[in-house]
Amino acid sequence: MFTPHTPQEINEMLKVIGVDKIEDLFQSVPEKYRFPKLDIAAPLSEMEVAAELGEIASANASTDDFISFLGAGAYDHYIPAVVDMLLRRGEFYTAYTPYQPEVSQGTLQAIFEFQSLMSELTGMDVSNASHYDGATATAEAANMAFHIFRGKRKKILVSRTVNPQYRETIRTYMQGQENVQVTGDESDTSFDNDTQQLIDKIDNNTAVVLVQYPDFFGRIIDYTKLVNAAHEQGTLVAFVFNPTALGLLKPPGAFDADIAVGDGQPLGIPLSFGGPYLGIFTTKEKHLRKLAGRLVGETVDDSGNRAYVLTLTAREQHIRREKSTSNICTNQGLMALAATIYLSALGKSGFKQVANLCYQKAHYAADQISSLEGYELAFKETPFFHEFVIKTPKPVNQINLHLQNHWILGGYDLSQDYPELENHMLIAVTEKISKDDIDEFVMALEEVAHD
Amino acid sequence: MTELTIYELSQSGRTGVQFPEPDVPLSPLPEAFEREGINLPELSEQDVIRHFTKLSQRNYAIDTGFYPLGSCTMKYNPKINEVVSRLPGFANTHPLQPIVSVQGNLYLMYQLQEWLQEISGFHRVCLTPAAGAHGEFVGALIIKKYHQVNRDPKRVKILIPDSAHGTNPATSSMSGFKVIPLPSDERGNVDIEALKAECDDTLAGLMLTNPNTLGLFEENVVEVIQLVHDAGGLVYGDGANLNALLGILRPGDVGFDIMHFNLHKTFSTPHGGGGPGSGPVGVSQALAEFLPSPIVTIIEEGDEELPPFFGFYYPKHTIGRMKAFYGHFGVHVRAYTYIAMHGPEGLRDIGEKAVLNANYLMTKVMKDYHLPYNRSCMHEFVVEGSWADIPNVHALDISKRLMDYGFHPPTNYFPLIVHEALMIEPTETESKQTLDAFAKALAAIAKEAREDPTKLTGAPFTTPIGRCDEVKAARDLVLCCYIPEE
Repeated sequence: MFTPHTPQEINEMLKVIGVDKIEDLFQSVPEKYRFPKLDIAAPLSEMEVAAELGEIASANASTDDFISFLGAGAYDHYIPAVVDMLLRRGEFYTAYTPYQPEVSQGTLQAIFEFQSLMSELTGMDVSNASHYDGATATAEAANMAFHIFRGKRKKILVSRTVNPQYRETIRTYMQGQENVQVTGDESDTSFDNDTQQLIDKIDNNTAVVLVQYPDFFGRIIDYTKLVNAAHEQGTLVAFVFNPTALGLLKPPGAFDADIAVGDGQPLGIPLSFGGPYLGIFTTKEKHLRKLAGRLVGETVDDSGNRAYVLTLTAREQHIRREKSTSNICTNQGLMALAATIYLSALGKSGFKQVANLCYQKAHYAADQISSLEGYELAFKETPFFHEFVIKTPKPVNQINLHLQNHWILGGYDLSQDYPELENHMLIAVTEKISKDDIDEFVMALEEVAHD
Repeated sequence: MTELTIYELSQSGRTGVQFPEPDVPLSPLPEAFEREGINLPELSEQDVIRHFTKLSQRNYAIDTGFYPLGSCTMKYNPKINEVVSRLPGFANTHPLQPIVSVQGNLYLMYQLQEWLQEISGFHRVCLTPAAGAHGEFVGALIIKKYHQVNRDPKRVKILIPDSAHGTNPATSSMSGFKVIPLPSDERGNVDIEALKAECDDTLAGLMLTNPNTLGLFEENVVEVIQLVHDAGGLVYGDGANLNALLGILRPGDVGFDIMHFNLHKTFSTPHGGGGPGSGPVGVSQALAEFLPSPIVTIIEEGDEELPPFFGFYYPKHTIGRMKAFYGHFGVHVRAYTYIAMHGPEGLRDIGEKAVLNANYLMTKVMKDYHLPYNRSCMHEFVVEGSWADIPNVHALDISKRLMDYGFHPPTNYFPLIVHEALMIEPTETESKQTLDAFAKALAAIAKEAREDPTKLTGAPFTTPIGRCDEVKAARDLVLCCYIPEE
């Protein structure tokens, strides 16, 4: 099928090698274990496999079927046609890491442009070529801060309103390092005073404080005081941001953040049941040499033409080996390309429009829902971007079951991660949602309250 | 020839994609947080298409030619994979939807886990790791946690052969282990005496790449694993080179405890210009409860009328969560499709043809290039890219000259144990004609090296740009386009 050999060619090749049959090439494989019988379904032709995959996909309900108000780390945005048309070019997706710059200028320049866009978006000095996703970029931020202090500062403070899955990932990543304490997100944190509580925990043994912006509840929090308090102790601050929000909001760089990371999925990447997404990693120039992951730099070729190459590779795992601080070697090349095309196509005005649409529709939805009897907007005093928390009259999973019957995908049930937030739903609204969709959602919520 | 950057192409006031005006009453913006402006480029849709199309044409790719990059398994990527992974039922599902609404996704992941288990001989597979290095990290953390749970904290030492994959040492230190390199013997196998000397009660494990980066099967694999097990250690298999073993040998059968798969290599999901990859991890029964969470499982068995109901499972001693959600699902769909199209005989055909192609090419190439370990290879082989009588010509020059002949170069300068290494992996999807043309080019280059070495040292001459000044790149550090002030 994908092996082109004719029987005659096989014979000619074996003759050149000097063996009688293909099996003879496997003498070094222990005979006892050689050529196992595999219990795998009989092969399907392309036509059959296309039908089978179509059938499997149809066993799902997608956001094409549902009106979706689900976010919590993955967002259903409109992806312009131009993004996927370009991603399908075989010259992009069937190439590998640009080790040989003379034949990889396309990938290299695209990554260089990606780095430029991410610096501009976040207001930070430098961006790398990307990480696996927002969670791993956040974990690498903690890891980088730990190594900036050469392992001497043992405390990593993380806000309780950082995405719970990201916090889990930080703990997984740091478990190999001795005596590291990942803390700050204890369950006694009150959400009215959480920033101050975090500030109180900063000391001169703290390597980094990680906060989310907007936070996991969608709230826009002013971290100015926290950044100042951290810097007074020499502690670094890492922002976990949502890229769409930065179309409207002051970027992490404006708060003097030391590291800014996030998931680039909202920038033209499909939901795809959680991956592949895009880890964005940006920092200040002075931390460049501790930054894990690939970097593309501009240079010239032997005729003086502008050219791009992978640079500062001496930081990386294949050169520093056991002395390197991270083992990451690939980036999320194709996803970084998607984000680069998305931002190029939307441009200054389109990107701002998307951010504003999300903001306006979310606020309309919040107003309408909180005017219903039994529903109440939580954290009323704090501004929010395109996600907000609603206190509901019934358990969220009950409400969501009802909404499913209306082909509405309800919000995230916060009681899964925050026991005290029983009957609290995290609702996300993107530009894809129309006023009619919101009105339908509101009606269904009203109905379920009286059920 | 230079292609302008998106910022150089930008014209103030131009728009690519427009969105509708808000259809809801407007709310005031949060003034204190509003940003002043964001300087994104301003391009028309056609500008964007032309720019990125031109960039794509400045790339070499599998779809444009032979890509024998050793240890990267640059095989053909079937196009049906791209079609099915974009089906709305897959691409537009949210990871936090109620599981009843994503039974198709969960079935596919479950079946892929089962197939990977069957292919590799492992007891359980977890699909979440995002790449090979990420899977390796899982393996090292499992070794760490296993000894912790067994109250055996003095095991701090990880052995890594000098023919292992390049990421292994960094992975071990990231997991808090002490790295001990192991030498190879004259046949390219692990030096057994050196291994025995390290087998004590501080041994946590061994990371073994098999076939190793010389493309050689570890002839003493059973003995090596037994020695480590007898000393109380675990053996991690780096599955980067699994392509050579498909239908040939199941690593779990010979005693490996843990292994990662590279779906983007062995199972032909595209490399994407350096990602997304996918690095599922398989383990033996004794380690099943250490896998990262979550794992897809059957929650309710099916019967004649109803299919089984799938959901998630959280292993008891789990090392934790490796990333958000469940891994690179879009890549899982492609790997599933690839395996479904092959079946048992098709998988064995991949392993056999990959090894046939490599041995055929090796036999042809070794006429002009020194082969330091002369025995049957598996999916790849390593030759020296230099000659004692032409000291000014290096592996890098041969690589660059290959570009002028229309080929992507092999991996160079790896593995480190071969002088001026050229590591060549043809893969099973290449025809005899392509291999012959490549061998012919390498022979012609060997001739040029003697007759006119400047053809190598000045190469490439036919690519969009010539050799780059990498020192300047690292010294001047320009990591961003020039962005004009507003």
